[in-house]
Amino acid sequence: MAGKNIALMAHLMRRAGFGAAYEELEARAAKGYEATVEELLEPDANGVPEYDELTLARYFPDMEVPSAPALGTANFMYHLYTTPRPLVEKMTLFWHMLFATGNSKVDNPPEMLQQIEMFRQHGMGNYKELLMGVAKDPSMIFWLDNNQNHKLAPNENWGRELLELFSMGQGNYTEDDVKMAARAFTGWTILPKIPRTPYQRHHWKFIYKAEDHDDGEKTFLGHKGNLNGEDIIDIIVDQPATAQFMARHLYNYFVADEVQVPSWLDFPPRDPEAVKAIADTFVKSGFEIKDTLRFLFNSDFFKDESVWFAKVKNPAEVVAGTIRLIGDFKEPRPGVLPIGLEGTYQGQDLINPPSVEGWHTGKEWVDTGSLVRRVNFVADSLSNTDMPGVQAIINRLGSNGTLTPEQLVDGCLELLGAIRVEDGTRQQLVDHVKASGEIKRGSSEDEVRAFGQRVTEVLQLIAATREYQFG
Amino acid sequence: MAKDPVLVVFQLTGGNDYLNTIIPRNNPLYRDYRKLVVIPEGEEIPIDDDYGFHPEMAPLKPFWDEGKMALIHGIGYENSPRSHFRSMDIWHTCEPDKVGTEGWVGRLIKTVDPNKENVLTGVNFGQGLPRAMALPGVPVASVSDIENYGVLTGITAEDQRARALERFARMYSPAIGRGPVMDYLGQTGLDALKGADILKTAPEKYSSTVEYAATPIAQKLRGIAMVHLANLGTRVFYTQHASFDTHASQMPGHQQLWKDCSAAISDFFADLREHDAADNVVMIMFTEFGRRVRDNGSGTDHGAGGVAFAIGDPVKGGHYSEYPSLKLEDLQEGDLVPNYDFRGFYSSLLEQHMGLDPTEIVDGTFEQLDFIRK
Repeated sequence: MAGKNIALMAHLMRRAGFGAAYEELEARAAKGYEATVEELLEPDANGVPEYDELTLARYFPDMEVPSAPALGTANFMYHLYTTPRPLVEKMTLFWHMLFATGNSKVDNPPEMLQQIEMFRQHGMGNYKELLMGVAKDPSMIFWLDNNQNHKLAPNENWGRELLELFSMGQGNYTEDDVKMAARAFTGWTILPKIPRTPYQRHHWKFIYKAEDHDDGEKTFLGHKGNLNGEDIIDIIVDQPATAQFMARHLYNYFVADEVQVPSWLDFPPRDPEAVKAIADTFVKSGFEIKDTLRFLFNSDFFKDESVWFAKVKNPAEVVAGTIRLIGDFKEPRPGVLPIGLEGTYQGQDLINPPSVEGWHTGKEWVDTGSLVRRVNFVADSLSNTDMPGVQAIINRLGSNGTLTPEQLVDGCLELLGAIRVEDGTRQQLVDHVKASGEIKRGSSEDEVRAFGQRVTEVLQLIAATREYQFG
Repeated sequence: MAKDPVLVVFQLTGGNDYLNTIIPRNNPLYRDYRKLVVIPEGEEIPIDDDYGFHPEMAPLKPFWDEGKMALIHGIGYENSPRSHFRSMDIWHTCEPDKVGTEGWVGRLIKTVDPNKENVLTGVNFGQGLPRAMALPGVPVASVSDIENYGVLTGITAEDQRARALERFARMYSPAIGRGPVMDYLGQTGLDALKGADILKTAPEKYSSTVEYAATPIAQKLRGIAMVHLANLGTRVFYTQHASFDTHASQMPGHQQLWKDCSAAISDFFADLREHDAADNVVMIMFTEFGRRVRDNGSGTDHGAGGVAFAIGDPVKGGHYSEYPSLKLEDLQEGDLVPNYDFRGFYSSLLEQHMGLDPTEIVDGTFEQLDFIRK
């Protein structure tokens, strides 16, 4: 029973966070599944400390107010692997991947981080309020050209993507609706900001320019009137299509990989009942994300073993998950920029998605280049015996009596987070240990080191497996 | 037997300053605009009556004299946003009006090798993958250190690594695993292993009298030379050097950049020529935009029209397109106005050098220039 509880907890922590070291899994499993879900959802009520911004400011001021895009990327990644509130960050990432805004055009890393901070503060609140925040977010306005959406010369970019990507999804509105939405959002713009030189970047500010707003009558999804942006959002959020679309996104992110979003019109969800159940909860709760997540994490369709390891990890999960697993960065140390860049080299440049459609996910995270990168990064990390998490694994395996090859392999798989591999893969791992000779343990320095090497070799090979790419 | 044409794409990242690279030496406006960020009269390397190279480009002068260097003037596209990332994306994806995600080099690779017969058809020297090479389904090797490239390079003990790689191959075998994603990962892993296996023969086969400098760019070009000389069937290489974004301290900065790049390029071609392997290779250099005509006292800010280069035996050297007018009334927002679309440059290379139909790759038909020998 204990084994199953840990395995289920490992699944929850991978999905609702960025994984956890085995000791943390044991502690959380002891508290219980539902209690852990509550703690993840309600960190304030459960005494989980907030993110420590002071440490960031003190040790990495360059990253706190980034002058270069890579520092902004490193900042977001830093939050992912050091946060005491993993679900909050996981949702922050969810919204960043959905309301995908790219620094390549915004060209203002601190501004982008303000958008990320909005997701952090409001990402587990109310969806309608969040959507309003996005509509007024300066980075988003600039990214989707709503600052060029004028009464006398509308620009449809924001209006279209709001409907197509951020709420209802294709097939649920007409081109006329897009035009009306665009007209309704005229005047939602940003004040020109102080130029960058000579005192570095300044922030935009949202401003509503009534004189640039198209006050004419509009018909949007059957509703008629002098509709403004708030009305559009009200109408959109009430559409069943919105609940369904958002539910499918939540399923795709937390439960199991779906096909890519552009194919959603042609392919039904892999579990239509689950998606409908999420959508119904979403609506019933008044579009409260926390309530919806509580329902999701406690559902059988989430807890069922058939969806364990049913998602290909995104690079942020690979990097942040590995850092957390090996216990790196428990205290500040140099090297935060390369960690951020590692995500970029693996194909996910945080704060800089390639387009408003975000990144291609699931198996598309993996190609010949990124696979080599992922394998090498994780293998190198797991072979670093200076890391407390790696030491913990070695010590735990070293504290047993005699160790057969099967026990070594199974022990490593378990301590890495109840990892599952195919029988064929496991056999290969066992054969490899066998081929390297008897596993000796002892107390002399040489014996301790030799044993550590046997363990880390297995950890590296597990990191290299196909199965390890799933989470 | 005719060799397949090879393209080396060398990206100058940051916006290389056109005016101080190809100096309009007898145009008085040059020294009117450039008070401090200027090549002093007489210090440029004259290439003809009107123009000169930056003094550090001396190692590249022989290519010009031999007629193996083409200068593509006034290159760019309309309405440059003058933003690094947006501009670079435009050069990478051939999409000036909307955000594109597919790279032209990725399309090139797919056209050359539609059935993925050679996982090393395209090789990038650098970390991560440039968007220019991004195309779903196209395998690309991204090498940061050719001598140390591959899976599980962290295992330093040779025999231990060899055994680990053998185990990797077995774990990725099609015999194990169920489902399309496991199959896809299996194929991807085996392709990566195959690519790494093939690539590691390149340093082993390599021997040369050319001594490249210890600079990062020289080492990257040396890596490219190694792979090219190993005859692995690579048709397109990509690399970049940074940062040409000389807003400040441009005089020493730009000088060092061209010193390093010129030496590296010269050594690269010397290496290829020593091995009789230069005749099918064209190297292009491009940058995301030129810089402003007026300097800011210490450097220059982002501009629009720039210059691109094509170097190699297949190149018909000389000036192509037009150096944009420096007259105040002809500038746009203080910048040189581009008069030649970069997609025409790509098209010329694709059709005339690589022997491919450029239309789908650059998404359109653009005026080509005649800088490739027939």
